Amino acid sequence: MKKLLLAGSVLILGLTAVVPQILAEEQVNSLRGDHALDENSTEPEMKNWQLDRDPIPRDHVKQPPLIPHKTQGYKINLKFNKCMSCHSWTKYKEAGATKISQSHFEDRENNVMANVAARRYFCTQCHVPQVDAKPLVENTFKPLPTVK
Amino acid sequence: MSLKDKIKCFQGWLAGFTATTLLVGGIAFGIIFWGGFNWTMELTNTEQFCISCHEMEDNVYVEYQNTIHYENRTGVRATCPDCHVPKEWGHKIVRKIRASNELLHKALGSINTREKFENKRLKLAQNEWRRMKKTDSRECRNCHSFDSMDYTAQGRRAFNRHIKAVDDGQTCIDCHKGIAHELPDMHEVDASVVVGQTSK
Repeated sequence: MKKLLLAGSVLILGLTAVVPQILAEEQVNSLRGDHALDENSTEPEMKNWQLDRDPIPRDHVKQPPLIPHKTQGYKINLKFNKCMSCHSWTKYKEAGATKISQSHFEDRENNVMANVAARRYFCTQCHVPQVDAKPLVENTFKPLPTVK
Repeated sequence: MSLKDKIKCFQGWLAGFTATTLLVGGIAFGIIFWGGFNWTMELTNTEQFCISCHEMEDNVYVEYQNTIHYENRTGVRATCPDCHVPKEWGHKIVRKIRASNELLHKALGSINTREKFENKRLKLAQNEWRRMKKTDSRECRNCHSFDSMDYTAQGRRAFNRHIKAVDDGQTCIDCHKGIAHELPDMHEVDASVVVGQTSK
C-alpha cells in the first residue's frame, strides 16, 4: 500500500511538471511565425524614414535626443564623422543644428578633452533616427510633468 | 633626277587632281580623322575604361557603389566621366591632356596598393575639390542646377541651406564632399569632425 501511494504521488508530481510545458509549447511560435516549414513566411513591411522635422522633445531626463532627420549614407569612422559636419561646435550655427553637448568632451575620468571623447564618438549608439513604425507592444509611459 | 625635276614631277602629279576630287577627298579624310579622334576620345570616357586599372576598380569604384549616384530611387546613374570629365569639348580636351599625368603615375605605381592610395587620398581629394571649386562645380550642374531646384520639395535642412548657398554664392563642392567616395582622413582639413587629436 505504501509503495502504491509513493508511486501515485510521483506520477501526480511528474504530471504537474510536464503538463503545463506541453500546453505552453503549443502556444509558442518560432520567430518566423506560425507557418508550415515549406511555406514562405510573411515579408516584413518596409519602413520609411521620417522626413526632416524640428527637434523631437525628450520624454525623460537625460534621454539622448532622437534624430529628427534621415541619416542614410552617413558614415562614422576613424577618418570622419558625418554627424559632426553639422553638430560640432564650429559648424552648428552655420548649419542651424543642435550643438553637441559639452558632456561629450569628457572621458570616463571626467577629464575634459579638446575634442569629442572616444566613448562619445559613435553618435548612433545612443541617438537614433526614426521610421514610421508603430510600437510593437502597448506602452503607457508618460513623462513626469515636473521634469518633462 | 635633280631636285628641280622632282618638283616639276610633283607639280604634274598635283595638276592631275581636279578641284572637285581634292574637295571630296579632303572632306572624306576630315570626317574619318575627326570622327576617329572623337570616337577614340569617347572610348576613354567610359566607366569601363576608368575601371580597367585596378587602382580605380578596387578603391574608388567599390566605394561609389554604395552611394546615391550609383543606385537610387528613380534609377538614374551618374558614372565616372559624368562627374570627372567636362562635357564641353574645349574643357574636355584640357582635362584629357592633364589626365596624361595619371598615366605617368600608373607607370610609376604611385597608388598601386591600398596603403599607398590611402596615404595619398587627402591630396587626391583636394585636387578634385579644387578643380570643382574653380569651375563652380560645373559637372554637378550638368544635372543639378539651382535654377531647376524645387526648394519646397526638399527637406527642412536642405531647404534652408540651399537658399543660403544661393545667396552666399556657394558652389556644390563647398558642402557636398565625399558623397560618391569615402572621405580622406579629415584631421588636417577640419579636426572638429574627427575623434582624437586636434592636429596631426
